[in-house]
Amino acid sequence: MAKVKGDIEVDIEGCKGCEICIDACPVENTIAMSKNVNSKGYHYMELINDTCIGCANCAIVCPDGVITVYKARK
Amino acid sequence: MEETKQDIKKPENLVYKKTDLMTDKTLSYCPGCGHGVIHRMAMEVIEEMGLEEETIGIAPVGCSVLAYEFMNVDMQQAAHGRAPALATGIKRVFPEKTVFTYQGDGDLAAIGTAETIHACNRGENITIIFVNNGIYGMTGGQMAPTTLEGMKSSTTPYGRDTKKMGHPLKMTELVATLPGTCYVTRQAVHKAAAVRKTKKAIKKAIEYQKAEKGTSFIEVVSNCSSGWKMTPVQANKWMEENMFPFYPLGDIKKPEK
Repeated sequence: MAKVKGDIEVDIEGCKGCEICIDACPVENTIAMSKNVNSKGYHYMELINDTCIGCANCAIVCPDGVITVYKARK
Repeated sequence: MEETKQDIKKPENLVYKKTDLMTDKTLSYCPGCGHGVIHRMAMEVIEEMGLEEETIGIAPVGCSVLAYEFMNVDMQQAAHGRAPALATGIKRVFPEKTVFTYQGDGDLAAIGTAETIHACNRGENITIIFVNNGIYGMTGGQMAPTTLEGMKSSTTPYGRDTKKMGHPLKMTELVATLPGTCYVTRQAVHKAAAVRKTKKAIKKAIEYQKAEKGTSFIEVVSNCSSGWKMTPVQANKWMEENMFPFYPLGDIKKPEK
């Protein structure tokens, strides 16, 4: 397993499933829409791989500000 | 030793988190709407500059009418289009406060044209954030003054015909010609880099307000996925291809040093 560099935390109830974060993510196959839905019926975004680099692009473009980003410091 | 995910989620590793100046209420906007990002960027600037105690924001009429529910600073709701007039009054009574208005294109460029132009012409020390999505989003996607030529809306189902409906209004270029404005710029929030630039522009605008240079005016070209009948990602792409050639991004007027 590659070294984990970054991680995100998603406020599932606040996510509206607009997918702008997936478009903004520089690493492919890192985040995707979940098959599950939140209480409002929106598919929410989730981390699907350990490839997150902690760049925070997804969190910055998120209109609802539901993403919190962590990045491992050396 | 390999780090696991549990090691990363620690306060010292935090890179980005929604600012505390945004309330915990779920935003009333459609999925993918640029309003949320612009709200957050404005609040991040206020927080970074330490102005949360002395900022007064003016909410408009339109989609962002409930901005006072989401921004955790002092807010006042204006009558439709009258935000610059209200901001003028507040700024003149409390000259030491930071006053900004947050308006959409229907509010600022249609019903509030007179207030906007005269506030800019008087050079009131206020910051105007103008969100331009080229449509009346809240009422069902009708044509706005900023609707592009040929663009379909619910009142122009065959596209905007400039012979009958006039030409799209470039409000930002218009106010840049007025001597009262000090900083006039056009930004966007469709990509992370653009969002960072927008944040810098808002910061500059507030700094110029503090230096009493005159009115600072920031247009943010944004999407309206519901009004444009597209998915949010498609809407952002459409915006890049169609809105940006007519509404080019960048600074239009900067103060002399």
